[in-house]
Amino acid sequence: MLYIIEDSINGILMGSIYGLTAMGLTIIFGVLKVVNFAHGSMLMVGMYLAYWTVTLSGIHPYLAIVLVAPAMFFFGYYLQNIVIKPIFIAEKNVREPLTVIIVTTGIWYILDNMTLLIFGPQYRSLSDNPLSGQMLEIGQMFISVPKLYGCITALITALGIYWFFQKTDMGRAIRATSMDREAASLMGINQYKIYNVAFGIGAATAGIAAVTLVPFYNIFPTVGVLFDIKGFIIVVLGGLGSIGGALVGGIIIGLIESVGPQFMTATWTEAIVYGLFLVVLFVKPSGLFGQKHDW
Amino acid sequence: MPLLEVNNIDVSYGDVQVIFDLSLKVEKGEVVSIIGGNGAGKSTLLRTISGLMSTSTGSISFADQPIHNHTPEDIVTCGIIHVPEGRRLFPLMSVKDNLIVGAYNKRAKKDTLLTLKKVYELLPRLQERESQIAMTLSGGEQQMVAIGRGLMAQPHLLMLDEPSLGLAPILIKDIFETVRKIADQGTTVLMVEQDVKHSLSLSDRGYVLEHGRVVMEGKAVDLIDDPHVKEAYLGI
Ligand SMILES: Nc1ncnc2c1ncn2[C@@H]1O[C@H](COP(=O)(O)OP(=O)(O)O)[C@@H](O)[C@H]1O
Ligand SMILES: [Mg+2]
Repeated sequence: MLYIIEDSINGILMGSIYGLTAMGLTIIFGVLKVVNFAHGSMLMVGMYLAYWTVTLSGIHPYLAIVLVAPAMFFFGYYLQNIVIKPIFIAEKNVREPLTVIIVTTGIWYILDNMTLLIFGPQYRSLSDNPLSGQMLEIGQMFISVPKLYGCITALITALGIYWFFQKTDMGRAIRATSMDREAASLMGINQYKIYNVAFGIGAATAGIAAVTLVPFYNIFPTVGVLFDIKGFIIVVLGGLGSIGGALVGGIIIGLIESVGPQFMTATWTEAIVYGLFLVVLFVKPSGLFGQKHDW
Repeated sequence: MPLLEVNNIDVSYGDVQVIFDLSLKVEKGEVVSIIGGNGAGKSTLLRTISGLMSTSTGSISFADQPIHNHTPEDIVTCGIIHVPEGRRLFPLMSVKDNLIVGAYNKRAKKDTLLTLKKVYELLPRLQERESQIAMTLSGGEQQMVAIGRGLMAQPHLLMLDEPSLGLAPILIKDIFETVRKIADQGTTVLMVEQDVKHSLSLSDRGYVLEHGRVVMEGKAVDLIDDPHVKEAYLGI
């Protein structure tokens, strides 16, 4: 019984980090209506950035957020502005242009391969950071400290983004654009600028997620792929475009992954994850928290 | 010098031309109606003025500045505000947030709260409903929000596309009274309508659009009495 509680807690903690990795994906989809296949690669870039920042400066790994989050914001902002925007303009009359998806796939390959070229295929880790291997002992249960930090960071990030979207002019303009691009244009909102900002915010949250991962996770050029696939499932589970949904979706995946092996082999837990994914698609295609409305 | 001047424009959707050599003028302070049946090109005309569509020939100028190459955002900044057909509110946003988004442009943003107060004075029902989600409002309330959202942008020229569409007769009266009040407060209005009787009776001038061409123009009082208008649009 105790094992199950311990596994559940660690599953929830890891799951909220999964949710954080998927948050940018859901924001970008909500606004641009395209799946960003480069999202995992942006997470990977954030992880390398965090890794080198911490390794070269020796600061506490979480302090790296101060550099990584803004750097990733600008990376995302200009990636959209320079690489993706021209395609949006060329396909102005298509609401969900397929070519943009192809381009994000191209970005994924380029980022992963460039990283491979520059840093090589080896696994890196921040082995002697102050969080590494830390455990919180509660009774006879052991809770992972870096994951606890990650979970708290995920909650703060989600609340911060929610506040930004509800209470600021830019946030309202982003929501307006996500609901009706043309009506937003008629309010004087430049949709391409909104896409830049949304992509920047998506990349910045990937950067924050990266910082929470590096204290306990290996870093290698294709690390993003693992999170990409989980991210898609989480985002569909929670509801495309829903920030809270991403957290809940992540926690569900985290729980299945951590508690499942108590009852079955690991391959089965994976089957359950995909099975759940399909059931949600059949029963509630807009996801658990997705809101359906006419675009 | 007219506030808005449209000169000999052609507009097409791909290969299909829907507006032919169309010209019109709106003077400052006027209320001008554009009437015409379904598919005549009324909405396309407004969409072209607001920059959502582009002209293939001809020119559009506003306050003596050419605007036909402007983006929709720049046209909003110039002061032309288009309240689109079908209201097009941001469905999952509250009434108040819809209104605040209306004041997004640089010119209007700094006065957001002041304009909001004025809009609430003109449309008190919106204040009662300010925290309600837009998609849950009735059709008439949604149209009021759409108009209020347009006013939030501090328009010099307010363009309304079929504000009475799909509303019960009693609400239609409300909407037209509101439009009249807006005009009386000094905003120039260009309105597209199929409710010819109501719209002409509160307008100064009108244009009749058929198959993408202006077939008639004149003072509203003259158009109401015109035999062709009577037969085709008033069913008399
Ligand atoms: N998106 C579109 N693509 C192609 N043709 C269109 C489109 N929208 C409208 N049309 C055509 O343009 C013509 C004018 O339409 P519209 O301006 O909406 O007319 P109105 O507002 O007067 O009813 C119609 O024949 C309509 O079928
Ligand atoms: Mg129309």
